[in-house]
Amino acid sequence: MKLVSEFRQHGLADGLVRSIRQHAQKPARFMEFCGGHTVSIMKSGLRQLLPPSLTLTSGPGCPVCVTDNTDLDKAIALASLPDVMVASFGDMMRVPGSRSSLQEAKAAGADVRVVYSPLDALSLAKENPDKSVIFLGIGFETTAPTVAASILQAVEMELKNYYVLSLHKLCPPVIKVLLDSGEVNLQGLICPGHVSAVIGSSPWEFIARDYGIPCVVSGFEPLDILQCIDMLARQMADGEARVEIAYRRGVTREGNQTAIGIMEKVFAPASARWRGFGEVAASGLKLRPEFARLDAEANFDFNPGPTATPKGCLCGEVLRGVKSPGDCTLFRHVCTPEKPAGPCMVSAEGTCAAYYHYGEKDVR
Amino acid sequence: MCLAIPVRIKSIDGTDAEVEIGGTTRKTSLMLTPEARVGDYVLLHAGYAINIIDQAEAEETLAIFAEMSKLMEGQ
Amino acid sequence: MLAHGSGGKLAHDIIRNSFVSSLSNPVLAQLDDSAVIEAGGRLAFTTDSYVVQPIFFPGGDIGKLAVCGTINDLTMVGATPLYLSLAFIIEEGLPLNDLKKVVSSIKEAAKEAGVTVITGDTKVVNRGTADKLFINTAGIGTVPAGLNVSGHNARPGDRLILSGTVGDHGIAVLSQREGVNFATELNSDCAPLNGLVVEMLNTSDNIHCLRDPTRGGLATTLNEIAEQSSVSLRIDEDKIPVREEVASACEMLGLDPLYVANEGKLISAVAPEDAEKVLKQMKKHRYGRDAAIIGEVKEENPGRVVMKTGLGTTRIIDMLVGEPLPRIC
Repeated sequence: MKLVSEFRQHGLADGLVRSIRQHAQKPARFMEFCGGHTVSIMKSGLRQLLPPSLTLTSGPGCPVCVTDNTDLDKAIALASLPDVMVASFGDMMRVPGSRSSLQEAKAAGADVRVVYSPLDALSLAKENPDKSVIFLGIGFETTAPTVAASILQAVEMELKNYYVLSLHKLCPPVIKVLLDSGEVNLQGLICPGHVSAVIGSSPWEFIARDYGIPCVVSGFEPLDILQCIDMLARQMADGEARVEIAYRRGVTREGNQTAIGIMEKVFAPASARWRGFGEVAASGLKLRPEFARLDAEANFDFNPGPTATPKGCLCGEVLRGVKSPGDCTLFRHVCTPEKPAGPCMVSAEGTCAAYYHYGEKDVR
Repeated sequence: MCLAIPVRIKSIDGTDAEVEIGGTTRKTSLMLTPEARVGDYVLLHAGYAINIIDQAEAEETLAIFAEMSKLMEGQ
Repeated sequence: MLAHGSGGKLAHDIIRNSFVSSLSNPVLAQLDDSAVIEAGGRLAFTTDSYVVQPIFFPGGDIGKLAVCGTINDLTMVGATPLYLSLAFIIEEGLPLNDLKKVVSSIKEAAKEAGVTVITGDTKVVNRGTADKLFINTAGIGTVPAGLNVSGHNARPGDRLILSGTVGDHGIAVLSQREGVNFATELNSDCAPLNGLVVEMLNTSDNIHCLRDPTRGGLATTLNEIAEQSSVSLRIDEDKIPVREEVASACEMLGLDPLYVANEGKLISAVAPEDAEKVLKQMKKHRYGRDAAIIGEVKEENPGRVVMKTGLGTTRIIDMLVGEPLPRIC
């Protein structure tokens, strides 16, 4: 497998690990924003290779986890409408909302389908003209352009029964909120690799410039993450703070202009509710008025009911980087992947799920 | 969810492409990467190619890893 | 409710809470793939149901699966498989040709394995109340006196030998599902393992444990062994054979080959002094060509499965949770 197996030559890790040890002399906390990085770090046991002076903290970069119950309840309410088919990425199925989940709604008779792509949802809409197919739009800037493209395709195909419930979110605004809160003291940011493949590395420049925090855009193989950590450690050792790209094969400073263009053509920034952060201005995406015909929020009469969150669930704090899964009293005892209390335990990129599956109980 | 994997474009049909990795093939949309050509490697996410991979940079990165491995030997 | 059948932890809970506690007998409580009983000689007896969707897939079909799966359950306790029962539940409208193909596969698989289907049953149900074809089986075999192969018997020091590549079956089946957009040349590894196991048992008297990692994959079966035997298992990521096509399909679908079903593989715990010669013998057999020693059994932290990654770090291998691949078997 070209470009995968070559980056899994684990013998090459030694050089990077030694360089990290050499450059990371002072205690430091780096945050990996992206859930995909958290999983890769946990799955590879990367922490075991790092010097004790380096701490890695997970951030809110799991689009499933940061979806607030208020929004998830909307999806569940829509699924329960007659002649509606909700198409969703598999990750969302078992996330508990205020009272139910998409999986439970499905078991109770709602038509919910797991799809790998919004293109699958378009196919479902074509094959089921008597149903309204609502695609559950979850994801950051990596995914939003694909959903935007599907909306353009639906318009071109004159598909009358395809809708999108947009719960998409943008990363830079929430990072600003996180840094402004002063809750976490960071000496480096491992920037999301595939979000950056789309938006480029320039959106992270404000972090280095205004907060003096080194930023490096990382790929997802353990070797990529080690290289990123090494580059952060070197910046730290040199007293620098700038944005660098480690993931050079996938990311440029400008990003993918076509994808950005399509995303901006269909979506406009709007206020969005983030689990753990509350309302964050201009951090979500909503369909522009010209695409109102495909906006699920505007076209259906549904009642999500009052929002509730489980007592003791620390997902919010884990997402803000102030608590670790081991700090949550529910972790492992009450909250497990079979019976999750919150999304962090059930999302494929959830921090708690990663710690549960791959790590020891007391790994921080 | 931010899962994107590198795949090679085998053939192109309009805005669609057939891509492959290690013997597995799949249909993909090139709507977000219209300039991609047969033989290019792209990042596949949720059924779309979201960016073209720079193979020269890939080689460069691997070379850096190899170089560091040698440099750091015995340190 | 559907999630209970996926072969992971929920299936375990259902077996423990519903069946074992209400039926309550020591044989059932063993929770091996076959029940071994004294009944005028030692018999192994097993039952299984097959609901794989689609019923035809590269490398096999539901008929071949039913025969091989049942044979393998008997084989895993060291039994010589002898007789099978087959009960069909057929959805009205299933083309007769499809049924004929399935029966033909059954005949072929039974012949290869040397077993006889001695009893059967057929029911036809209304369209929509069964998905094309379901098959239920029971199997009987004989266990030589003194032979004690069980998931309970793994001992610290034993070597873990895997008979070949993992994930083939699950990916092959998945590639045929409607709406799943990927193509592969991969075949299911569906195969009867009794021949291979005969070779293994002839080579060593110290084969303590045999299990076939079906639903839930190798990871789930390793966890079951660790729990049944109250030991921990330590495996080496680099030693686990995975075909490139399986690895790449898993990359595409976000799956881990360790959790994907197999239908022609076994994992064994063998005393260390015999491990190399058993491995050598396995590699001579058509269903053991890619066999490898992937780890060993340890005493500390019973119930735990730990893996050494390619980086030299360690991590836990958990049991399968949830249902990523429904109706693989």
